[in-house]
This record gives sequence, C-alpha cells and structure tokens, in this order.
Amino acid sequence: MTALQEVAPREREGVRREALYFAVRNGKLVTGFAIVFALLLLGLVGPLFVDASPNEYGPQPMSPPGGEHWLGTTTFGQDIFAQFVHGLRSTFVVGVIGGGIAAVIGMIVGFVAGYLGGIVDEILNMLTNIILVIPTLAVLLVINAYLGIRSVLVQGVFIGLTQWPWAARAIRAQTFSLRTREFVDLARMSGSGTGRIIAREIAPNMSSYLFMTFILLFGGSVLIASSLDFIGLGPTEGVSLGLMLQNANQWSALQLGMWWWFVPPGAAITAIVGALYVANVGLDEVFNPKLRET
Amino acid sequence: MRRYFGRKLLIYGLTFFVAVTVNWMIPRFMPGDPVASMVARANVTRPEAVAAMQAYYNNLFGFDQPLWQQYLNFWAALFRGDFGLSIWLFPTPVADVITAAVPYTLGLIIPSVLLSWVVGNWFGAYAARRKLLDNTVLPIGYVLTATPYMWLAVLLAWGLGVLAGLFPVAGGYSFSLRPNWSWDFFLDLLHHWTLPFLSLFLVALGGWAIGMRNMIIYELESDYSTYLAALGAPARLIRRYAFRNAVLPQVTGLALQLGVIVAGALVTEIVFAYPGLGSLILNAIKNKDFFLLQGTFLFIVLGVLIANFIIDIVYVVVDPRTRAGMAGANA
Repeated sequence: MTALQEVAPREREGVRREALYFAVRNGKLVTGFAIVFALLLLGLVGPLFVDASPNEYGPQPMSPPGGEHWLGTTTFGQDIFAQFVHGLRSTFVVGVIGGGIAAVIGMIVGFVAGYLGGIVDEILNMLTNIILVIPTLAVLLVINAYLGIRSVLVQGVFIGLTQWPWAARAIRAQTFSLRTREFVDLARMSGSGTGRIIAREIAPNMSSYLFMTFILLFGGSVLIASSLDFIGLGPTEGVSLGLMLQNANQWSALQLGMWWWFVPPGAAITAIVGALYVANVGLDEVFNPKLRET
Repeated sequence: MRRYFGRKLLIYGLTFFVAVTVNWMIPRFMPGDPVASMVARANVTRPEAVAAMQAYYNNLFGFDQPLWQQYLNFWAALFRGDFGLSIWLFPTPVADVITAAVPYTLGLIIPSVLLSWVVGNWFGAYAARRKLLDNTVLPIGYVLTATPYMWLAVLLAWGLGVLAGLFPVAGGYSFSLRPNWSWDFFLDLLHHWTLPFLSLFLVALGGWAIGMRNMIIYELESDYSTYLAALGAPARLIRRYAFRNAVLPQVTGLALQLGVIVAGALVTEIVFAYPGLGSLILNAIKNKDFFLLQGTFLFIVLGVLIANFIIDIVYVVVDPRTRAGMAGANA
C-alpha cells in the first residue's frame, strides 16, 4: 500500500531505542494502536460483564439503545451489546489467524524465492502470480459453501491460505535487495546455511517491514471475513461483526429504521482496520527516517 | 513486447487452469459425501428437481469412472459452455442465469472502478505536499479504504434511501416496470443504479487517493525532480512529470485490486438486492445451488483474467519501456 523503502542495517540496540523514541512521539502510531487496543480490550473483557449469551432470544424485541440494553436489541430481542463484544473477539481471532498464516507463507515463499533466485525463484514467482490473480473471495465462497460446519478458526485458516501472494511478492523484492549486501556475503563465506542466513541476517534487517506486512494482512483478513459473513458463509455457530450486519440486512433493519443494529458492527470493523492502516503509516515514519516529520 | 505478452498469457492460462482444477477438486476432496449431503440439504420439494439433481451429481461426479476421466469430462463440459442446470431456477441452465445477471454487475463495476481510479488519483496527486489538503484527504482516505463495502452501502441506503427517500434501496428497476428499451425504463434503471454505484465508488476512492499521494511524494523527492527544481522549472511542470511516473504503479495497482473490487461489488449488490452476480451468489448459497455457485466462480475468474489482460495492454500503451523490450514491467 505505501511505498516502503529498505531499512539499512545498523546497530541493533541503538536502532531499537531510537525507534521507541520516535514511536511514542508519533501521533498516528499512538492513536492507531490506542483504538485497536481499546477495542481488543472491550472484546476480551466485555463478555465477562454481559449475562446474556449473544444469540439468546429476549423478551424485549426491537428496543432502541437504553439503560437495560446498552446498544438496544434485535427483532428477536437479542442483546446487541452482547453480540458486539463477542463479535469483536471473532474479528480479532480471524485477523490474527488469517494474517498470521498469510504472513508465514508469504515470508517463506518471499525469502526463499528472493534469496535463492534462479529456477526456484521462477517457479515460486509463477505460483505467486497465479494465486495473486485469482479473486480471493470467489475461492473462499466456493470452499466455505461446501464446508457444512464452519467455525471462526477454519475461516481464518482458509483466508490465510489465500491471502499471502502480495506479501510474498513484497518480501521477495526486499530480500532481493538485501541478498547482495556485504554482511550476507560474509555470512555465506563463513559457512552459514541458507536457513540460517535468512533467519539471522536477512529477516532481522527487514523486521519492521515484516511487521507492517502482518498488520496489512490482518486488516485484509478482517475485511474479507466480514464480506464472507455478510454473504451468509460466516461461522455457523457463534457471532461475528459480519454476521451481525448480515442479520440486520436479512431482517430488514434498514426499512424498520433499526440503526442500532447495523451501525455498531460496521463502525467497529472500520475503526479496527482504519486504525491499523493509520498505525502502519506511523510505523513507516518511525522506521524510515526519510519520512519523519520534524 | 512479444515476450511480455507471452509471459502474461502463460500466467493467465495457468491461472485459469488452476481455477478450474480447484473448482473440480473442492466438491470431491472436501470431507463428507458431497452428493448425499447436497441432495439432503437442498431441501427441494419438487421430485423432478431432486431426481435431476441426483442424476446430475452422479453424472457430473461420475464416481464409477476413474478420477482422470472425471477431470477430463469436467473440462469437456466446460468447453461446451455446459455448467449444469440451476437448482434455484430449475431447469434453467446455469450459463443462462449468469449471462442474465452479468450486465448488471458490469454496469456497476466498470464505471465505479474507472471513475474512482481517475478521481482518486487526481485527488491524491493534488493533495500531496499541500499541508491543508493533505490533512483532510489522508484521514478521509484511510477511513474510506477501511470501510467494509457492505457497511457503506447500508449506511447510504439508510441515509439517502430510507430516511431522505431520494433513492430506491432495492432492486435493479421498479417492480411495476418490465425491462424494455424505453426512456422511462432507462431513467428508472439509472435511479436504482445510483446508490450502489456511489457506494462502490466511494470505498475505492480512498485507496487510490492515498496510493497516489504517497507515489507523488516519492517522485517529488527523487533526483530528477530536484534537478528540475534546480534548473528553475516551475513547480507545475515538476508535478506533471511526477504524476506521469506515479501513475504507472497505480495502473499495476488497479490490476492487483480487481479481486477486492469484485468482492466489494458482490456484497454491495446483496445490500441493494441488485440483480447482478452478487444476488445470484446469495441465492445460490441460500438454495444450496452449487452448480450456480461454481459457474459464477469460473465466470468471475474469467472476468478478472480478461480485465487483467486489458490492463496489461494499457500498461504497454502508457509505459514506453515495455514497448522497447526493456524490463519495465516484470510485475
């Protein structure tokens, strides 16, 4: 998304302290992470304070936000706040699993292709390009439709398996520019193996880049998961923010004017993903001295 | 240039091959017995539909045949344009159902993609390195790209449709009208088209503006910009050069974003009950119409591949390096 530049290798301890110095002073980074952590906390702690289970039918259907039901209730009397806090959990789970798996595959493919080059690179690059072109959601639609029982975990795994190609490409390009550096040559001459060079010499020098890639993959996974849920291929048990939107749409919350049903889940997804993107720009500025505003 | 197109076509050909293979594999290698569970879950009341379904599944899966034979049969059916019969609209062929829906989806996607790309790039290029504008365009852009497509669609439908009553919120045209070539019908079509279009346009807009802004800043910091500035070239001229260079990654970006945009169009159509591919998919899932779902999948993949190829051609036109056979676009 953003134009990232390679980070020149420097002394590690100093870099870390310098990064921290700029990190706490970067408004974008602090605000972004603050929003994400606030919502994460709400998702972790919230369910402990809600008695109603999220899908339990209640006696007061269609009531607007108020004292008893903080965010109102659905057409079936389900407590929207309860759904919301549980839905936040699923959203973070999908993001971590989907983003995590995609990041790991992207890193393996990117590092190996970029470092080894030659025929391995050709094959992996071809594979990456092929999967890159196939529209992710379309594949996920077919897979999920055939899965009888769907869970948040499985959804995250499949999202991770389909979302890695752009990350692999980006990491490959970075690795490519690092592999001809002197310190890599030195490691090679002193007899280090491929795996060791990648893990000890190349990866640490682009750790900030890898972290930012993970953040973008996390945000992407959350958005894809919410689309899948909305189409009706969300988890068969439990709640998620996307499922809340789907239910609101399916039971005509729009026409009935029940805004409290569809505004909170969408706002939460937008807040999480948007905050992550903004934090990512902040991180970019922290790690890349050229972008810092003085 | 020949090499460039050859390579691209090879990748697209392989992609299509992989997509078809995946499409063939999923029902066969998923856990459980697909035929039994599909027939059971289909919940069709009409006995002729059940019989046709069983016959169709058995015929298509052809479990008595070896796997390679099944696979070849699958390809053969594909080349005949035979995607099976739709369960939902039994007994219409899936190919017919899809061709009826495609114009709506294309009519929504093509204008919104092109307009959001042009307007987004223009905004981004204009905002870069202009403090006041940058501080407004950037946050709005981030919020827009982070918005789930269906949520913005729901908000627009609620605000402009239900509350303000300016636009209809469901369907591709009024139920009182029959599709025909009259002026009334066209206006009605346009009226129903506005909100879904606006919602797709707005979400995509943010991403292009941010991307362009970042690219312009990058270009303005490069050596040639500094050199031009040192020569005393006017800022406008430098910006124009920067724009020409910055547009190239945006063209590639358009190709990369196609999948996301298509996904966005599908959910937007569902919100507005717009009679395109999105609504087809929703109905296919509701009615367990797997033929329709898989047919739509192949259709979307094919559409994205064709769009990619068109973008490749555009790239050759805008980037002279690819024409000269230099490695301008390995992407």
